[in-house]
Amino acid sequence: MTNPIFRAEHVSKAYAGHVALRDVSISVAEGSIFGLLGPNGAGKTSLIRIINQITAPDAGNLWFGNERLQQHHLHRIGYLPEERGLYKKMKVGEQALYLAQLKGLSKKDALIKLKYWFEKFEIQTWWNKKVEELSKGMAQKVQFIVTVLHEPQLLILDEPFSGFDPINTNLIKSEILELRKKGTTIIFSTHNMGSVEELCDNIALINNAHVILEGNVTEVRNRFRSHVYEVQFGGGMMDFSHSLGTYGELLSHGPEGSLMEAKVKLVNDATTNLLLGNIMRAVEVHGFREVMPSMNDIFIRAVEESKQEAKSAIQ
Amino acid sequence: MNKILLIIQREYLTRVRQKSFIIMTILGPVLMAGIFIVPVWLALQQSDDSTVLVVDDSFLFTDRMQNTENITFIYTTESLDSAKSALTAEEGVDAVLYIHKDIMTTTKGIQLVYETQPSIHAIRHIETVLSNDIEKFKLAKYGINQATMDAAKTNVSLVTKKIDETGQENSANTEVSMMVGLFSGLLIYMFIFLYGVQVMRGVIEEKTSRIIEVIISSVKPFELMMGKIIGIALVGLTQFLLWIVLTTTLISGSQAIIESQFSKDDMGGKSIEEVMSSNQVAVPQEAEEKVAQFNEAALDDFMKSFDTINFAVIIGSFLFYFLGGYLLYSALFAAVGSAVDNEADSQQFMLPITIPIIFSFVMAQYVISNPEGALSFWLSIIPFTSPIIMMVRIPFGVPYWELALSMAMLVLGFIGTTWLAGRIYRTGILMYGKKINYKELWKWLRYH
Repeated sequence: MTNPIFRAEHVSKAYAGHVALRDVSISVAEGSIFGLLGPNGAGKTSLIRIINQITAPDAGNLWFGNERLQQHHLHRIGYLPEERGLYKKMKVGEQALYLAQLKGLSKKDALIKLKYWFEKFEIQTWWNKKVEELSKGMAQKVQFIVTVLHEPQLLILDEPFSGFDPINTNLIKSEILELRKKGTTIIFSTHNMGSVEELCDNIALINNAHVILEGNVTEVRNRFRSHVYEVQFGGGMMDFSHSLGTYGELLSHGPEGSLMEAKVKLVNDATTNLLLGNIMRAVEVHGFREVMPSMNDIFIRAVEESKQEAKSAIQ
Repeated sequence: MNKILLIIQREYLTRVRQKSFIIMTILGPVLMAGIFIVPVWLALQQSDDSTVLVVDDSFLFTDRMQNTENITFIYTTESLDSAKSALTAEEGVDAVLYIHKDIMTTTKGIQLVYETQPSIHAIRHIETVLSNDIEKFKLAKYGINQATMDAAKTNVSLVTKKIDETGQENSANTEVSMMVGLFSGLLIYMFIFLYGVQVMRGVIEEKTSRIIEVIISSVKPFELMMGKIIGIALVGLTQFLLWIVLTTTLISGSQAIIESQFSKDDMGGKSIEEVMSSNQVAVPQEAEEKVAQFNEAALDDFMKSFDTINFAVIIGSFLFYFLGGYLLYSALFAAVGSAVDNEADSQQFMLPITIPIIFSFVMAQYVISNPEGALSFWLSIIPFTSPIIMMVRIPFGVPYWELALSMAMLVLGFIGTTWLAGRIYRTGILMYGKKINYKELWKWLRYH
């Protein structure tokens, strides 16, 4: 990777009796969107806390740009925690100013930027409202603004979509893309695999304190491709399944409007052309495309595989 | 450092703007001033206007008694008896002033016979006018001029001392010292609780609202804890200062109003303090007299002893012990707040912290009667009890080395508790859902 904005090298962290991270290394390219995935309790939040210097690692190095990660880098990092909240009795505007100043912005700059964001989200009337007067969705918008206000180089979002309604989820997604266009690097941790497919360039999947899968999303999906194809055709199902022969295995089938649709797995090292050739002789093909594994499937498979490995390692 | 200032500013402003703060700030001085002003005001209250019939057998005072706002003097040439019957018969006359003819030789026998009891104010006024005028007549008669007389005037102020069975002399100071000592001890006790608990509440609020994680990604936990502790200390100091300013303004303002309402002539050239402390109550009038006597006793001692108590030392020490005691305990309160998820769970940890505070308050009674004893000494040195106990001892006089030792120990004390609290705080603020016990806390202390 040419210029990673953030690197974690062989990071380990253990709490009393529980290992949170074991020899974890990740590399995040500048200006990319990086997905940090994993089951609950896998260690994602621990890693995120270490990046934000809320806790220190037991072992390992962290790099921000070309320097070791230090206290002053926090001014260039924005963090939206999974469990989020604001001072309930404080007014929105005043609170946003306070938090921005804690991140190193001057009061003057913070005011200008706040005005920009409030106008963008059309929430100018909330300036003097107390946070407790806002609805949940409104508070989340404010929280997002507070996170990005100081124009951080690195933005860390822990479950950014949880608790957002579809409209706000869309809003956040488009903001994330816009921020990436401006050059911001985004690490986000989520269970929402759909968003991973939509947004992420690279991912790392953590399970049981170590990284079990990482890489570019497209490349990872390629890695996990299982040569499954979806065929839309006109004709009889029986004819179709007979035509597969030794080249293909029928996985599923069903009507699709006026046509039939089936999922076929390529087997015995057959090529697509061979399979297609057979099918074409039996039915009228209208559509033929590869079904790439979803991140959801990949997640489940990878975790399963690593569990198996762990079991066999013990035995 | 900059960040701590930001935090201090936020903690300070959010609390100082609260309604409860403003109400407390006003209420305190009003109550305090009331305790001093109301009795004085009552005592000096004038009753309704009175009309006094003057029977002057000496013929010296004819037309000399000037009418005041509330007293109308009517001269009559009737005899005393007919004046007295006029008193009972007519509506318009409240009292009869009888001046006998030998007034230049003896002032005994000047009477005031009344149907409705005149106020102390009226009596004083009449006494004053009569005394002044008789003095002037006498001076003229003896050929002494006013200037000589004024030069010879002397004011003697006694220092009262009480000797008890053991032969020990206690100056009237002692009672005032006790008052001052107990009062300052009480104030410190209150402040430590009031503001220490605010620290704890603030920490718990940040945990429950979950804003803590956002803030911790910008500042170190220790910075947040100290910012909060110092910010709230400033709130306490502000309230205390406002109290002092407002109370003194109220009291001196009321004094000025009272003094202007009752001109000095009426009171015979005496100030309010002297009026209160003088023993001249001409006619026993139950309610007014009791009030006046209470004022005589308290204000008399109070005023006289003012000079003998070293207020500079007391106020300086008060500030030091208030701050030191607060810093020591608020750190512990912060630690407790970080260990629990809500205020209800905090009770179990509050107990061991509040025991020394309450203990020292209870022991204050003992220390007052025994300020030099060994127990009192130790209690005023140990940092957990010294803020209250040392303040109780100070009015009685404490050797400077003891004071220095106690202060040094308190500084060490709050450095120690702050360090301890810091370690618990930084782990506790991110810990949720676990029921914390002392074993857990011990573990947290030892995390690096």
